[in-house]
Amino acid sequence: MTALTPISRTPVSFYVPVVAAAGAFAGLLVGTSQGSSLLGLLIGAALLAVIAFVATNVLKNEQAARWIILALFTALGFWVGGLPGIVLGALFGWFFGWFTFWLFEGRYRRKLPPYLTPMQVLWHFSFRVICGAIFVFLITPILVVMPLSFNAEDFFTFTPEMLRFDPAGYSLKHYQDFFTSSEWQQALRNSLLIAPVATLLSVSFGTLAAIGLSSEHVPFRRAIMAILISPMIVPLIISAAGMYFFYSRIGLQGTYAGVVLAHAALGIPFVIITVTATLVGFDRSLTRAAANMGADPVTTFFRVQMPLILPGVISGGLFAFITSFDEVVVVLFVGSASQQTLPWQMFTGLREQISPTILAVATILVFISIVLLTVVELLRRRSERLRGMSPG
Amino acid sequence: MTDISTQDGPMLAADGTPLKKSLARALRMQKMRALLLVAPLLIFVMVTFIAPIADMLFRSVENQIVSETLPETVVELAEWDPDSDEPPSERVFEALYIDLFMASEKKLHTRLGTRLNYEQAGISSAFRKSGRRVGRFDTDIYTDQIIAQSPDLESPAAWVDMMQSADLRADLPLTARTWDRWAAYLRTEGDDPAEEDVEDFLYSTLYFELRDGAQSAHPLIAPLDVSGYETVSLRGQFEDVDEDWLSTDVWRTIQTYAPDYTSGYFLNAIDMQKGPDGPEARPENQQFYLMLFQRTLFMSLVITFSCILLGYPVAWLLANLPMRTANLLMILVLLPFWTSLLVRTSSWKVMLQQQGVINDVLVWLGLVDDAARLVMINNQFGTIVAMTHILLPFMILPMYSVMQTIPPSYLRAAKSLGATNWTAFWRVYFPQSVPGIGAGSILVFILAIGYYITPEIVGGRTGTFISNQIAYHISSSLNWGLAAALGTILLAAVLILYWAYDKIVGIDNVKLGG
Repeated sequence: MTALTPISRTPVSFYVPVVAAAGAFAGLLVGTSQGSSLLGLLIGAALLAVIAFVATNVLKNEQAARWIILALFTALGFWVGGLPGIVLGALFGWFFGWFTFWLFEGRYRRKLPPYLTPMQVLWHFSFRVICGAIFVFLITPILVVMPLSFNAEDFFTFTPEMLRFDPAGYSLKHYQDFFTSSEWQQALRNSLLIAPVATLLSVSFGTLAAIGLSSEHVPFRRAIMAILISPMIVPLIISAAGMYFFYSRIGLQGTYAGVVLAHAALGIPFVIITVTATLVGFDRSLTRAAANMGADPVTTFFRVQMPLILPGVISGGLFAFITSFDEVVVVLFVGSASQQTLPWQMFTGLREQISPTILAVATILVFISIVLLTVVELLRRRSERLRGMSPG
Repeated sequence: MTDISTQDGPMLAADGTPLKKSLARALRMQKMRALLLVAPLLIFVMVTFIAPIADMLFRSVENQIVSETLPETVVELAEWDPDSDEPPSERVFEALYIDLFMASEKKLHTRLGTRLNYEQAGISSAFRKSGRRVGRFDTDIYTDQIIAQSPDLESPAAWVDMMQSADLRADLPLTARTWDRWAAYLRTEGDDPAEEDVEDFLYSTLYFELRDGAQSAHPLIAPLDVSGYETVSLRGQFEDVDEDWLSTDVWRTIQTYAPDYTSGYFLNAIDMQKGPDGPEARPENQQFYLMLFQRTLFMSLVITFSCILLGYPVAWLLANLPMRTANLLMILVLLPFWTSLLVRTSSWKVMLQQQGVINDVLVWLGLVDDAARLVMINNQFGTIVAMTHILLPFMILPMYSVMQTIPPSYLRAAKSLGATNWTAFWRVYFPQSVPGIGAGSILVFILAIGYYITPEIVGGRTGTFISNQIAYHISSSLNWGLAAALGTILLAAVLILYWAYDKIVGIDNVKLGG
């Protein structure tokens, strides 16, 4: 984006106090951890005010000034907190160097409309900071488990060795545990036996039904749709309770088939929703054209319709797969010990707090979900492009 | 033109049938084809999902256990006046003796005791003790006296033979009925009724019926004259086992729960019980479920509200940033959405516990004393924080898709007409984003109200939901009826919300993954 607003350097009376205020805040944090909040606050403010002034008025060269600030804070961090302090110090140093010149050069207004008042500019950036905090809230829990899964101890928490970046504090033993423990391997095998079969069931039934539903001649369309979507709406615990009661009556409780059927039922709404959404943009004259040229309905389906709705079918299938792969409530009730899946194993582990192997599994699962997310996103875009719904 | 004007009657299709008929047939064909495509899935969902739900609804009112286990007692007890201070008559105890003997043979008496114990504490021990002792009651005197008068009756084969006689079955219905239950039980055990010893309770049954004036011309029964028999009081026998049998409360409970269908589980689920004068509130110290429903509602509302609060700014930002940046930031929303629920729950456990990451950071910063680490898990706070995080993407995504459709020029127009920033937002932008808030809120609320895993792991005692209680009743206390009733109430709440969601958003508009 090109600059909307012509920018100019700001006066000393603006940027020095603002940088000093930021320094005061950082100083407050460091000061509290070192025992004296007030002292930290004052030192931080004074230090940053001086740095800001010197960097802009004495050094003048931005590149050099920012490197010097970075080095200064890294050294400061080492002096205060040792090795972990270096990381924090470097982060602080990078931030203050950038912040000082960002304010000094007036770059903060570059992408904003020129008519904004200072208060509006302040609000604009406060809003960004708030949103940033919410994003941190969203993503931190997922990031935290990753380093912890390399913990050398059997704790669920960061050990002092890990904080000192001592290699002795890290190990792969929880991963090793996962790959060698027969219980976890059995659970993984069960998950991999159940999820694909359930997915296959829900995708094949679901795609057919979605094609049927997309015709405008279906009677009771709304009622049928409501029934097919219901497994997604009914709380899992209720589905689990009902399936437990009913499947024990007909002898499916505690069997592999029972779990697969239950998971297939849970996955169906996702297939229906994604495939009907894809079919909305499907041009029906294509099937008529195919029929016109002599293709029978089966050929038409596999050669004309299927390739076009395939992205929707695959992403519906991925949803169904992840539903089954992640599902724990229903399998807890419908399954028995020999159908123990990965999430079930994690659930019992968490309840009884056995080992951080759970965190290693969690990390692996996060990577699997990243892969799935990427695939679904690519498919969605491809499908939208095929149907000409969006330029990107 | 000329064709039509010269032709008489309706318009015809190529094959000569009337066009209207031909069209209707084609339409019917299409309808059939569409239905045939939908049918397999519909049947599949009906069997694997709808039938279980229906079964649960059925179980929440089903109560056949009492009338199945104590059929004779239930009939006799119907005449007893529950308001009286007197325990029921001797005849009821005789019926109970017959039923309990059968039940203890089948090992069903403890199950019934457990069932009735949900309604009245202490009953289960009366059933358990009596079931153990019922085989050693002093009723063997009837056996001895009957065999003394008609020695052939000692042989089981003679009983089998006797029970073939239609006349006898008509004359002695109670005895015939009881014998049939006994014989059926033996057969299910793989035994032959003609070879197993005839138990005391069958002779007693025969005695009761003859004493009450029944007569039979059957050669084995005719010699019996019961008028001079020595008798034993069954009420006394039961009293010896457990004093509770003389308590009118116990009998009132049995009478109240005798019908095949009961509202008892539902009443229990809303802290009420069946009293002599219809439903009444349970004593204060037994009230629990209403509080739990309230807590579930309250916490779901808090979670929904925090999701709105956190989701709105993010959705706004995503909808107003340039496409590339927005897509990049969207990953931060979608990644938690795609990550396993258990991964997120376990990471919250890691973060919130007393030796956890958040407490460590706070202690390191000096904000919290090491000795006074915050308790953030196993309470309501933990559940609310973890579930807000887990459900936040479900709020952001619908909000985002609504906000994307609001043209930014509206805001600029409002401002150019003199609105302040706040007025422009509140009077122009916000009303247009309300459908997104509504869709997201209902979605989050529906999901929150039935959550099980997260409250179970981070909820402790005070942060659990109604669903945890349902799970407890299914797997630990085995009170399936109550679990089903609680589930039915929860299901009703969700269905009402679902209906509202359909009205506001439409089921067809549910979108996944943005």
